[in-house]
Amino acid sequence: MSATGIGASVRRKEDFRFITGKGQYTDDVNRYGQAHAAFLRSPHAHADILRIDTAAALAMPGVVAIFTGDDLAADKIGGLICGWMIHSKDGEPMKAGSHPALAQGKVRYVGDHVAVVIADTLDQARDALEKINVEYAVLPANVATANATQPGAPVVHEVAPDNAVYRWAIGDEGATQAAFAKAAHVTKIDLVNNRLIPNPMEPRAAVGDYDSGNDAFTLYTTSQNPHVARLVLSAFIGIAPEHKLRVIAPDVGGGFGSKIFIYAEETVCVWAAKKVGRPVKWTSDRTEAFLSDAHGRDHVTHAEMALDAAGRILGLRVHTTANLGAYLSTFSSAVPTYLYAPLLSGQYAIPAIYCEVDGVYTNTAPVDAYRGAGRPEATFVIERLMEIAARETGQDPAAFRSKNFVTSFPHQTPVIMCYDAGDYPASLAKALDMADYANVPARKAESARKGLLRGVGISAYIEACGIAPSAAVGSLGAGVGLWESAEVRVNPVGTVEILTGSHSHGQGHETTFAQLVSERLGISIDNVSIIHGDTDKVQMGMGTYGSRSGAVGMSALSKALDKIETKAKKVAGFVLEASAEDIDFKDGKFSVRGTDKEIDFASVALQAYIAHKFNGQDLEPGLKESAFWDPTNFTFPAGVHICELEIDPATGVTRIDRWTAVDDFGVVINPMIVEGQVHGGIAQGVGQALHEGAVYDASGQLVTASYMDYSMPRASDLPAYQVGMTQTRCPSNPLGIKGCGEAGAIAAPPAVMNAITDAIGHEDIAMPATPLAVWRAIQKGAQRAAAE
Amino acid sequence: MATVSMTVNGKLVSRDIDPRTLLAQFLREELRLTGTHVGCDTTQCGCCTVHVDGKAMKSCTLLALGVDGSHITTIEGLAHGQELHPMQAAFRDHHGLQCGFCTPGMIMTAVDMVNRKGTNLDDQTIREELEGNICRCTGYHNIVKAVHYGAEAMAGTTKAAAE
Amino acid sequence: MYPFTYHRPDSLGSAAALAGSADAKILAGGMTLLPTMKQRLAAPTSLVDLNSLSDLAGISVAGGKVTIGAMTRHADVAASEEVRKAIPALADLAGWIGDPMVRHRGTIGGSVANNDPAADYPAACLALGATIVTNMREIAADDFFTGLFDTALEEGEILTGIVFPIPAKAAYQKFRNPASRYAIVGVFVAQSAAGVRVTVTGAGENGVFRVASFEEALAKDFSAKAIEGIVVPAEGLNSDIHADAVYRANLINVMARRAVEAAR
Repeated sequence: MSATGIGASVRRKEDFRFITGKGQYTDDVNRYGQAHAAFLRSPHAHADILRIDTAAALAMPGVVAIFTGDDLAADKIGGLICGWMIHSKDGEPMKAGSHPALAQGKVRYVGDHVAVVIADTLDQARDALEKINVEYAVLPANVATANATQPGAPVVHEVAPDNAVYRWAIGDEGATQAAFAKAAHVTKIDLVNNRLIPNPMEPRAAVGDYDSGNDAFTLYTTSQNPHVARLVLSAFIGIAPEHKLRVIAPDVGGGFGSKIFIYAEETVCVWAAKKVGRPVKWTSDRTEAFLSDAHGRDHVTHAEMALDAAGRILGLRVHTTANLGAYLSTFSSAVPTYLYAPLLSGQYAIPAIYCEVDGVYTNTAPVDAYRGAGRPEATFVIERLMEIAARETGQDPAAFRSKNFVTSFPHQTPVIMCYDAGDYPASLAKALDMADYANVPARKAESARKGLLRGVGISAYIEACGIAPSAAVGSLGAGVGLWESAEVRVNPVGTVEILTGSHSHGQGHETTFAQLVSERLGISIDNVSIIHGDTDKVQMGMGTYGSRSGAVGMSALSKALDKIETKAKKVAGFVLEASAEDIDFKDGKFSVRGTDKEIDFASVALQAYIAHKFNGQDLEPGLKESAFWDPTNFTFPAGVHICELEIDPATGVTRIDRWTAVDDFGVVINPMIVEGQVHGGIAQGVGQALHEGAVYDASGQLVTASYMDYSMPRASDLPAYQVGMTQTRCPSNPLGIKGCGEAGAIAAPPAVMNAITDAIGHEDIAMPATPLAVWRAIQKGAQRAAAE
Repeated sequence: MATVSMTVNGKLVSRDIDPRTLLAQFLREELRLTGTHVGCDTTQCGCCTVHVDGKAMKSCTLLALGVDGSHITTIEGLAHGQELHPMQAAFRDHHGLQCGFCTPGMIMTAVDMVNRKGTNLDDQTIREELEGNICRCTGYHNIVKAVHYGAEAMAGTTKAAAE
Repeated sequence: MYPFTYHRPDSLGSAAALAGSADAKILAGGMTLLPTMKQRLAAPTSLVDLNSLSDLAGISVAGGKVTIGAMTRHADVAASEEVRKAIPALADLAGWIGDPMVRHRGTIGGSVANNDPAADYPAACLALGATIVTNMREIAADDFFTGLFDTALEEGEILTGIVFPIPAKAAYQKFRNPASRYAIVGVFVAQSAAGVRVTVTGAGENGVFRVASFEEALAKDFSAKAIEGIVVPAEGLNSDIHADAVYRANLINVMARRAVEAAR
């Protein structure tokens, strides 16, 4: 291992600019002559727009223009799209209601976009917003997930009269019924997977710019995938053809999924830049972020697990109602279907699984991928079931899991996925050891002496990452291919520029991608720079989400480096007067096998460009290669997290005492960065379990629309984490990487809830287990005990 | 419009501004010191933390006119050229940041914490003192570690160097 | 924010004159006022900034009383050795307001004058029997807090300081809202020659209030056990997504017992 190669905890190259305040985020971008946009948002969850009167607002100081949905329609600007087709079990395609960037005749959630004011200053734009007079006819709102499709529920889109986007199913219903028919024990559970609001610390922002001399647009935006944004804005929304639209995602302050999607605001800003002949800037405030960023999760599920007399799982059946909000966001349809149900097998050999998912419209903000996207929901179902089944059948939860682990690979589940590699017992054993599981009873007794309730909860998760291969996702309805691309530009002096379609918004690609180059080319990471986030520079890309940058993005880079090595060997062969086949490349040096003739990488790079030693017909000058990588399978990171906590029964306050995480991410490029990803994921998972929950009232007003009501975990709410690793190589990519970005958020919620229910002695508590919820559950348990 | 003057990172600046200009806006828009970030509307996230006359405050909840005549230190004023402040170095060395958006506020808070609480900080104190700074990326584990070691490193430097 | 005229007077007299005009607001620390204005929920036409009135900041302890100037920052109260020696509960309370940055700017006068139903200081004022001093008069805390965000202050009247009699024993226990970190329930218990007072902030529909049943029990027996079985009725307590009235009633008892145990 070189000091800066694969496996080294190299400190991050990008940090200098961030710690000195020199990061360049979208809101830091200012274009000459820019105007400011402010959006008029619906105060109603559901209403017809009868009339919009902008006259008074237009007369306000500094106002440049005011646009409504009619203006977009007049310019033939298309609506926002959902790029993944789901078919219902009866074969019907999903019911996608239209999603104009500015409302046309109707608003469907509080925060929906009604009009935009563009003014010289932001204050002027906001002043003018208040002068727009909108006449609404307020309609009853459809808010609760569980009731969305009930007869008589208010209809969100005419195209879906029962509010069902789709009624989808996966698995073998008959085989599953048969499994339950022969069960010795059936465990049943009703779960709510609480709705979350992503909250990257950087709010979304956009600066649209138009160059009339070249009829070309530039959009600076907070995106995890600028090429996808360009594709959608060009091909579907119709802003401009791709060669006339440059999308730049500069430093992005966290995404967690919420910055994958193509939103109304950036669409309007880039379109309006041409309309008003000035750059147009919009930056979300936090309340707007709460109202209009795509939310996550929001499932209502009934699940049952069938066991035989020996405690082996026979089958699983699940029905989920998934709230998709008022409109289908960019990838929303796939999240509660293909990103969810295929993971219901967990780490276990389950012969039969059947899952039905009803995706429903409600008058709430659109719901789409949020860290983990579907996989946390699946893991919550299976891991709560595993814990409860163990309790009901009197088995130790760890031993029960062990008994049902998949132990041979490849393993084909009944729900699409073919697990390719893993060692689940190894992760469990290591986690139990690190967590000092054997002494939990003693610690429980000690807590009891202090009047506190101690609980321990295990979560053995698996996820499908990489979010590829293209052919597979295409067969499941994806509108795009999910490969990744990379380009390696070696400069004549031997320094290297990497252009990648992956996008870093905290993941540290400028370091990890450079580490791979350092490992392969034997050069210092200081001589490598990583370029990403600009469609004019990077040839193509699908962006970063689904823990795919390492497994897919770095694999593309690896493939491009293969080509560099091949060509460099040819150059070296000419210089060293040997055949390319006789050239070895190691530690940055090319040598002729069996001789002491050698030349270093930088010299070969120079020779490639000066081209003195070879004929341009035999070998092209230069040293630059590109590659696309499309894998053959998803990757399957897996692991075990154990949460141990203490509850104060007088107040319901939960304190996490120990957190143990053991993850198998395959090959790890930078352990320091990977551990950081685990920490952050756990914090978001603990946030879901203990703190966070979006609450709409019955009229569809978002109650949790600021940090005053939405509980963001603070440092004092979270524990220190013990992180360990096991390793099995991923066989489906050249680097053996599985991905690590979502693991913590997937593993954590059931670990916490299994621990809380262990502590309070019953299962009747939902997330978030706030002090109020825990205290109530303890009261309920006491009442129940008294009644018995 | 009203005139405001203050010393920012050692330089006296003076501008005519709308009275409703917040200090965060003044720094970002008038002085183009964009290292001070704005992450919420309710004085909670701490991304906008700067030092006003040596004390950490949230620049999104101060009028620029309200700190007329003060000495302001922002994240841009902490390092001496390429030579990082020990707290900045600690955040890099201990991976106390990911996306970097909350980081300037975290570092300014951490320096203030050391100024008030000393250089020997236990984890519980650090976590409590980070009450006003929200991070969504790191789960705080490495921030706590960075503050701990940054504080130790500051023991070897003078407090005045920070301000 | 809506436009406003900004004033920064250098004397209490001119501050009072400016504050007397219609739709003027006094700006102390601004930790509540400015966020409210940013969200366009308040629209004062002029702001009267007291931050130049350095005479209004300061702490003195004499004659069995702690006097704190209105513009004294929470951080200064929390860090004051004098306060900590005289009324440690008051220093603790100040140290639990908001966060370090908010405490560097927020003032005791602003907090008391605003009378937010979830603010901490009103509980201390009422429990300790403080006197609120203004540019016009002195007001007993008992008469000062008149309702939600409402006080006995009149237009143009400026709170200049607060005088806290030093109790024999006192403690403040705060149960924080998990999101806002304001008090869901804050209980201040004080024992002095005048008797025992127990005040609650965060829970009452009309702001800070006293709990007579606790006070009577504690006057007889100043122990946690003395109030263990006394149920505070949930009627009239706040209910929201973080805490319903029944839970708040429970917390009042729990926090009161913990305060009694912590009192010193």
